[in-house]
Amino acid sequence: MSAQPLLEVSHVSRIIDGKTILDDVSLSLGRGELKVIIGPSGGGKSTLLQCVNFLQPPDSGDVFLDGQSAREMSRQNICAFRQKIGMIFQDFNLFDHLCARDNVAIALQKVKGQKKALARQRAMAELERVGLVEQAHLYPSQLSGGQKQRVSLARALAMDPMVMLLDEPTSALDPELIGEVLNVIAQLSRSGMTMLMVTHQIGFARHLTKEIIFMEAGRVVETGPPELLEGGPEGGRAAAFCAKLAEVTGR
Amino acid sequence: MSTWEFYKEFLIPATNKGLWVSIQLIVPSALLGLILGLLVGAGRAMGPKSLKKALNFYVAVFRGTPLVVQLVMWFYGLPSLALILEGYLKPLGWPPIWQWLLLSPYAAAVLGFTLCSGAYQSEYIRGAILSIKKGQFLAAQALGFSRSQAFWSITAPVALRLAAPGCGNEIIYLIKYSSLALVVTVVEITGQAKMVASLYFRHLECYLLAALYYLAMVTVATLILRWLEKKLAIPEPARE
Amino acid sequence: MEFLTAALSSDILAGLTEFSQSALFVARGTGYTVALILGAMILGLALGLPLSTFEVYGAGWLRKITWVYVWFFRGIPILVLLFLIYFGVFDIIESTVYKLFETRISLTPFTASVIALGLASAAYQSQIFKGAILSLPAGQFQAARALGFSRSQAIIHIILPQAMRLSIPAWSNEYSILLKDSAVAYVLGTMEIMARTRFMTSTTFAHIRLYLLAGLLYYLLTWLGVKVLFKIEAKTRIPGLGHDAWRADDQLVLKKRDLF
Repeated sequence: MSAQPLLEVSHVSRIIDGKTILDDVSLSLGRGELKVIIGPSGGGKSTLLQCVNFLQPPDSGDVFLDGQSAREMSRQNICAFRQKIGMIFQDFNLFDHLCARDNVAIALQKVKGQKKALARQRAMAELERVGLVEQAHLYPSQLSGGQKQRVSLARALAMDPMVMLLDEPTSALDPELIGEVLNVIAQLSRSGMTMLMVTHQIGFARHLTKEIIFMEAGRVVETGPPELLEGGPEGGRAAAFCAKLAEVTGR
Repeated sequence: MSTWEFYKEFLIPATNKGLWVSIQLIVPSALLGLILGLLVGAGRAMGPKSLKKALNFYVAVFRGTPLVVQLVMWFYGLPSLALILEGYLKPLGWPPIWQWLLLSPYAAAVLGFTLCSGAYQSEYIRGAILSIKKGQFLAAQALGFSRSQAFWSITAPVALRLAAPGCGNEIIYLIKYSSLALVVTVVEITGQAKMVASLYFRHLECYLLAALYYLAMVTVATLILRWLEKKLAIPEPARE
Repeated sequence: MEFLTAALSSDILAGLTEFSQSALFVARGTGYTVALILGAMILGLALGLPLSTFEVYGAGWLRKITWVYVWFFRGIPILVLLFLIYFGVFDIIESTVYKLFETRISLTPFTASVIALGLASAAYQSQIFKGAILSLPAGQFQAARALGFSRSQAIIHIILPQAMRLSIPAWSNEYSILLKDSAVAYVLGTMEIMARTRFMTSTTFAHIRLYLLAGLLYYLLTWLGVKVLFKIEAKTRIPGLGHDAWRADDQLVLKKRDLF
């Protein structure tokens, strides 16, 4: 069982307008694992996540979820495949015309075909998990950034995903709101959720993950345990990047 | 009579004749409408309060009622007013000024188009003038411009450029609505199509050809206006 | 001024009772006018919504067809369209039905008017919806797809509900244009306000009063329709939906253009 990874990204490349955005990227995630991708912006991290759930189909390479090849799937199956992969965006992308509860419920109703009452019940349960029952009737514009990101976590979790992709979930948040979102993510990880996360929160990453993936210019440059990030400017590329980041943020 | 003969001998020459009449309607109406719109728009933006009120009323009436109603009013309504005037003035020995109210079909159409299009044009002009920041005007005065100098050399040129897209659109509308001259018996493209259609009982072809003529006019006018717009446009910083 | 009041109070042949009778006759056309506009708006919505999604999300050929449709129906006058459909297309339909089924059908001027106004309105409405769709952040579509929505599901459940709400201000503009265009339908003999006015002026010669009455009716209908749409917008308002600037700007336009 542990022999087969839950999610396997295999030799994925992506070329947009003649520019190579992703260059032969491979990685794998075992059940319950959390891996963190770091690296300078423009390094292809977001594109990689969007290739994983085929929002941007890779130009070559493949993605396997639980051993099933995404490339061989029909269009309909791709939609089912995406249901099993929860995605969290940097700028939340909550549906602006729906209140928090309905943001969580709509995919249950329309994609999974659940009855309205059942979907809403489930939505409330998920909102409770992220601590937002009180805000269920509020519209996205009435929520703080941290609350928005927690709703979007609830929205993804309601679909019972096997894997979660998190694309810089705290980058658009004010510093004092980052904590509440990271708490939910840490809780999720401890409860056994498989996650692939792009982040600049080095401290957080170091704390929770066993493996760091450092990406630069569309390639995976280094992979290793969190200690990879230590050693300052004289260490590896990842360590140098980390040192630079620390210099900028003053930590 | 073959279809081709019908086209060559009757339909196309008739429609061409109509096209010429249409142009004679559109060009003066568009120009006069634009001038009227400029004056009314400026008055509504910057005039004294009573003038503003009067002009607003004019615009409300002419934009709030259908152009067809206005056209029949000018062509069929004014003569009945003339009749009443005659009844009052003739016994008083006035010269027959009431006859001025008896408009020819062409005059009624141009009058109707001009007054209606002027009302719409004034909206764009007024909006453009109001959107220019007051600081521009103040800056000009601070440099020693008089009020009217500041208006003519600063406000007016900028306002014209800002209003150009809207005014251009209005002219496109005018081209299409010139077809309504039919209701005051001016025989332009639509009128010719109707005549030939009912004479030869070939409705579909006649009206399709008329439609094509309008499409051609609208398309050409759009291209010209877009080119003008580009020339007049004030460079804007690119939006993200 | 005296002459004007004279014109208003007594046209040559129209007595007071006769005028009130003909005024009533004209006013009864309001129902036809409203039915005409409602029919055209619904037809325009039913066609305009899919057209707008074709234009934004459709394949190349679909987009081309949509472009041609919009170009054609925005480029020809409503009067020509009315003639084209009533005399041209309906004639062909009627004679084909006769050939095939040996039954005579007669399509009414009212039907022709609804179709003509509706087809033209679809072209305009598609542009309104297109603008609204394009004003939505791209992330909305992406997030829906990430949750497993198919393309059409995402458009129907996520994009269009937002786009339609954003379109209401521009819609009230479309309403007042349709209202004024509906008067042109009198040329076919659709018994709406304008046709009734023309009919009555030809028998009573109370031209000025009747035309003023017609104008007043149209003015009231515009005012009323815009008011109703304002109400609908307030009712369906969702806090913070869409770009605030875009909305605010459009409402300003709405106030200026449609409430006079």
